[in-house]
Amino acid sequence: ILSYPRHPVLKKRDDFEDVLEERRRSSDLRYALRCYTPTLYKGLVPCKVSMLKSIVLQSDHLQCVIKQVSSESGDSTECVAEEASLILDEMAHRMQLSTVRFFVFTLSKAFKRLFRSVCVNEEGIQRLQQAVQEHPVVLLPSHRSYMDFLMMSYLLYMFDLPLPVIAAGMDFMSMKFIGEMLRMSGAFFIRRSFGGDKLYWAVFSEYVKTMLRKGYAPIEFFLEGTRSRTCKSLTPKTGLLNIVMEPFFKGELFDVSLVPVSISYERVLEESLYARELLGVPKPKESTSGLLKARRVLSEDYGSMHVYFGHPVSVRSLAEGKIKRSQYNLLPRYIPQKPSVDTHEFLNDAAFRLVRIQEENMVLKPWVLIATLLLQNPDGMDLSSLTEQTDWLRHLALAFGAFLDWPDHEACSEVISCSLALHRRLLSVSAGHVQLSVTDAPQVETTPEEAVFQRAVVVLSCASYRNQILHVFLRPALLAVAMQSANSSRKDDIYNCFNFLRNMFSNEFILCPGDSVQDFEEACYLLMKRGVLQVLEHEIVMSASGQSTLAFLCSVLEPFLQGYQVVCRYLCEETNENLTEKEFIPAVRSFCFVSLSSDLQKNALAALLRLKAVRKVKV
Amino acid sequence: MASNSSSSSAQQRLRIIAGHLQKRPEDEHASVAAQECKAETPRSNPSSAAPVPKRRQEIMKWNGWGYSDSRFLFNKKGQAEFTGKRYRLSGLILPSLKDWFEGTFGANLQHKSPATPTVNLSAVAPPNLNEPFIEDLKAAGVAASHDPEDRVFRAHGHCLHEIFALREGRIGRVPDMVVWPSCHSDVEKIVELACKHNVCLIPYGGGTSVSSALECPHEETRSIVSLDTSQMNRILWIDEKNLTAHVEAGIIGQDLERQLNEHGYCTGHEPDSMEFSSLGGWVATRASGMKKNIYGNIEDLVVHIKMVTPRGVIEKSCLGPRMSTGPDIHHFILGSEGTLGVVTEVTMKIRPIPEYQKYGSVVFPNFQQGVACLREVARQRCAPASIRLMDNEQFQFGHALKPQVSSIFTSFLDGLKKFYITKFKGFDPHHLCVATLLFEGDRGKVLQHEKQVYDIAAKFGGLAAGEDNGQRGYMLTFVIAYLRDLGMDYYVIGESFETSVPWDRVLDLCRNVKERIVRECKERGVQFPPLSTCRVTQTYDAGACVYFYFAFNYRGLSDPVHVYEQVEHAAREEILANGGSLSHHHGVGKLRKEWMKESVSGVGLGMLKSVKEYVDPQNIFGNRNLL
Repeated sequence: ILSYPRHPVLKKRDDFEDVLEERRRSSDLRYALRCYTPTLYKGLVPCKVSMLKSIVLQSDHLQCVIKQVSSESGDSTECVAEEASLILDEMAHRMQLSTVRFFVFTLSKAFKRLFRSVCVNEEGIQRLQQAVQEHPVVLLPSHRSYMDFLMMSYLLYMFDLPLPVIAAGMDFMSMKFIGEMLRMSGAFFIRRSFGGDKLYWAVFSEYVKTMLRKGYAPIEFFLEGTRSRTCKSLTPKTGLLNIVMEPFFKGELFDVSLVPVSISYERVLEESLYARELLGVPKPKESTSGLLKARRVLSEDYGSMHVYFGHPVSVRSLAEGKIKRSQYNLLPRYIPQKPSVDTHEFLNDAAFRLVRIQEENMVLKPWVLIATLLLQNPDGMDLSSLTEQTDWLRHLALAFGAFLDWPDHEACSEVISCSLALHRRLLSVSAGHVQLSVTDAPQVETTPEEAVFQRAVVVLSCASYRNQILHVFLRPALLAVAMQSANSSRKDDIYNCFNFLRNMFSNEFILCPGDSVQDFEEACYLLMKRGVLQVLEHEIVMSASGQSTLAFLCSVLEPFLQGYQVVCRYLCEETNENLTEKEFIPAVRSFCFVSLSSDLQKNALAALLRLKAVRKVKV
Repeated sequence: MASNSSSSSAQQRLRIIAGHLQKRPEDEHASVAAQECKAETPRSNPSSAAPVPKRRQEIMKWNGWGYSDSRFLFNKKGQAEFTGKRYRLSGLILPSLKDWFEGTFGANLQHKSPATPTVNLSAVAPPNLNEPFIEDLKAAGVAASHDPEDRVFRAHGHCLHEIFALREGRIGRVPDMVVWPSCHSDVEKIVELACKHNVCLIPYGGGTSVSSALECPHEETRSIVSLDTSQMNRILWIDEKNLTAHVEAGIIGQDLERQLNEHGYCTGHEPDSMEFSSLGGWVATRASGMKKNIYGNIEDLVVHIKMVTPRGVIEKSCLGPRMSTGPDIHHFILGSEGTLGVVTEVTMKIRPIPEYQKYGSVVFPNFQQGVACLREVARQRCAPASIRLMDNEQFQFGHALKPQVSSIFTSFLDGLKKFYITKFKGFDPHHLCVATLLFEGDRGKVLQHEKQVYDIAAKFGGLAAGEDNGQRGYMLTFVIAYLRDLGMDYYVIGESFETSVPWDRVLDLCRNVKERIVRECKERGVQFPPLSTCRVTQTYDAGACVYFYFAFNYRGLSDPVHVYEQVEHAAREEILANGGSLSHHHGVGKLRKEWMKESVSGVGLGMLKSVKEYVDPQNIFGNRNLL
């Protein structure tokens, strides 16, 4: 299920349908109040929200942990049980159809203003309708914007699918009114960190598992854990994935279907907000007043949005031959067990593959290609050469299997001018010359520092679009750089170099652990097919016509290589022995200000720690 | 009584049963005895019924289950009936079986897949005889044969693939010779000669194995001799002071029970195969009986075992009820599956025949409630002699075996019952399930016990559903193998398998295994959804035994047996993954050998191997089961 097709281009992709089209024609109110009759899971045990709570609190698992905690802490079991009950109150959703209807009404209005279209793959919906009946479902959307989970629930309501319960960060709770509204539309709230808190973990995991076992509702959570500020997929977290898989491991469920969902935006609502955040401006705290202030966004055009529901992935087939379920035979199942090393490896691998599926199904807009080119030409490009190169890049991307939404029957120049218009805030066009620049800010009297900052915002915003297509070019680009730096045409040397780079960048990009050889072969295959390389038995040789492609691929990775170099140089030159992690990012930022996002800095440090080039000392 | 015929034979039967049950004949309940489900005593001369003949094929099918005169068939009107006179069902019409059969399997009475009628003797390879062995054997005066029919009959158990091959007329490696020892010392002679001449011995008891245990290993090049124990079938003594009986191990279950009954005793050991399976076979496979809640499983019943091995005879020196003399040597013998020697004589516990027996049944709204009830019954340790919980599919299966009702009144009553349960009590006919019960003991206690169990059942939403439903449930287990033969006449193949599992995993295991079967069938191109059903068939303090039936219509499949085996393999994997055991009582044989190491650990397997190594270094008992 998770193996990649050898010919990604030939993979049939489903057709999309614009769900807003009908919303523009008929009454939103009537729509929000329409009869909602979702397809149900065949093994559903009907159960009210209040009952759910008592089932969780009475569960053997939680009772067992309560006793453990009570004997460790010396508090009475009643006291610990009370605490568990409070945790659950703080956490639990209180889904109400009326609230959902309210959201459907307001979101219909909002979406129509924000987006030109919201396109959904119908076949994916049909597959989901099937899957929902067969086994409990876990929805795994990509996370680029706050819009994501609102949109998910909205779409599921629209297609008469059961409304999901959504694992949300506690941050939302602070938005007084909205937090409660979200809770009533199916969100449940988890603390950002509760590392050692046994009781919290027990309540949380039992709550999720109970809903899954009962088939109460699809569980929705974000594998990436948080919104990606860079539009690059984040290294997945495995905690919740383990929780939703465990009922299968322990035989409590025959199977669980994981449905990766890729949500892509032509223009991300939080575009410049993210860029500022990456540059060190703290993220505005989620608050209702903040949300009201953000109304401004409603007046802008965010182009179209695509939601692709991927093929359901069966946990059973995923675990086949990898997880020995009999390992759970010798311990009563309610006693919590840390995942074994094998299980952990499996979870990690599965999480990476699921994120890869999300990436592959992400719809890319022409602007993504343009942004890539503009970033490689900081001095700007003539419109004609931009058009020409975009067209070239388009074909390269398609050959590498990109899921590109390029309008049919439209001249390339037409497509490009449309894209430029939509993203006019990031660029300036004068006399046929296109350049990234600040057009938004008033041109009067900015300090040089501010100007640099403004420029960095633009570059990082633009980079977030380029990042969307990185997964398409990543493997060939690693190969291109490897060939350049290997100084040899021997396959082994190039592979070693490739492997080093891949290892170096595995915090930066989604590179499935252990897939090194496969990735290398895929890169070779793609470039060979494109006529860039000739792969012989022991050698890899560049073809005469391959120069431009290789150069392009190298420059795709250039900013990352440079960024990592800067971090390394800083660490070498900065002799401060007692650099704390907290100080690291501002320090590197002041060391080399331009085009370094905090995301890259963190990844670089993580990679260096992993490769043991840097040592972490506890203070 | 089932039949009211006024002939003298009926009189005789009544007298015997009355004697067995020590019951007033006018009492209605006296008629409802477990034995009723099984083949009845031949009417001619019950007290000295003929034992199993050497030429079994004269009374039993060579390519199917049981007696030649008893089989299911669809008559010209398309109604199912059961032939012969041996069983309660014999001669009766089963009006709903056809609809159930066609509906469940998508089978069609027009599409027949008949069996080869007679053994194709030319397909039987000529015997590979060890002449010196035969000469010595003759000198020792042991009966023997190398008649092809005798040899074919002993070359198989009752696994699906074995019967399927026979029906198609395919015959693989068969024993080269059959010997019939008539007592312990005959066996000693045979084993000694086998060692002397390096001949492979395969002990053969009732031939009811479902683990490929009787299959001749393909790699065996020596002469294979099937050692048929059927002529060692005497009860040697009964000790009423200690309530034990000393019995030759070749005796089959029904003969043992009947002969003890004549003395007012029983063993109470009633595995579903008891009509044909032998005492020695029970010991060699760790058999379990339906009424183990009262009498115990075979390991609880044996007091003393005598086994002939290539090293000599193994036995304990006294009849003490329990010993602390190191690991119990009986446990090397119990479950050894014919790999170490031949069990020749067994001293067994016996009990006075119970005064009173009563069937019963309880309907539950769903399987979960049923399992919860059984669990509670086990917790309170008040399980009746037998308590079984059939899932919905099996309940419907059992229902399809309801004989034609004789009066409008009965069918009216049935309708009323159905109405009460489904409409008035709101049970969903596609979810409800039935527990069948059998109580045994003195009358007062039985009634009291019955009330206790029904009270517990009521707490789990169970409704008492009458004796009839209960009795039919038990009947199903005795005729299931005959029904498989019927299915095989119409492109339906199936099998049963079992496991044991802790209580908290029973529901999950049942659901997952059933679903796995359905899914595997679909993936392997089976055209119609299979019958995939289970029952919780035994309860223990710490868990339960679960029994699965699995059958499907194989039309359109080029290699149905292979598909069947793959699905069964997958089902076993699923069982093991869900915390179930490799086997509760069927044994390992060659069918489940591959999982032995996983089941008992490498060290455990090594221990068993070293015992084999010591006891039988030449691998005389070369059936290659278990290890």
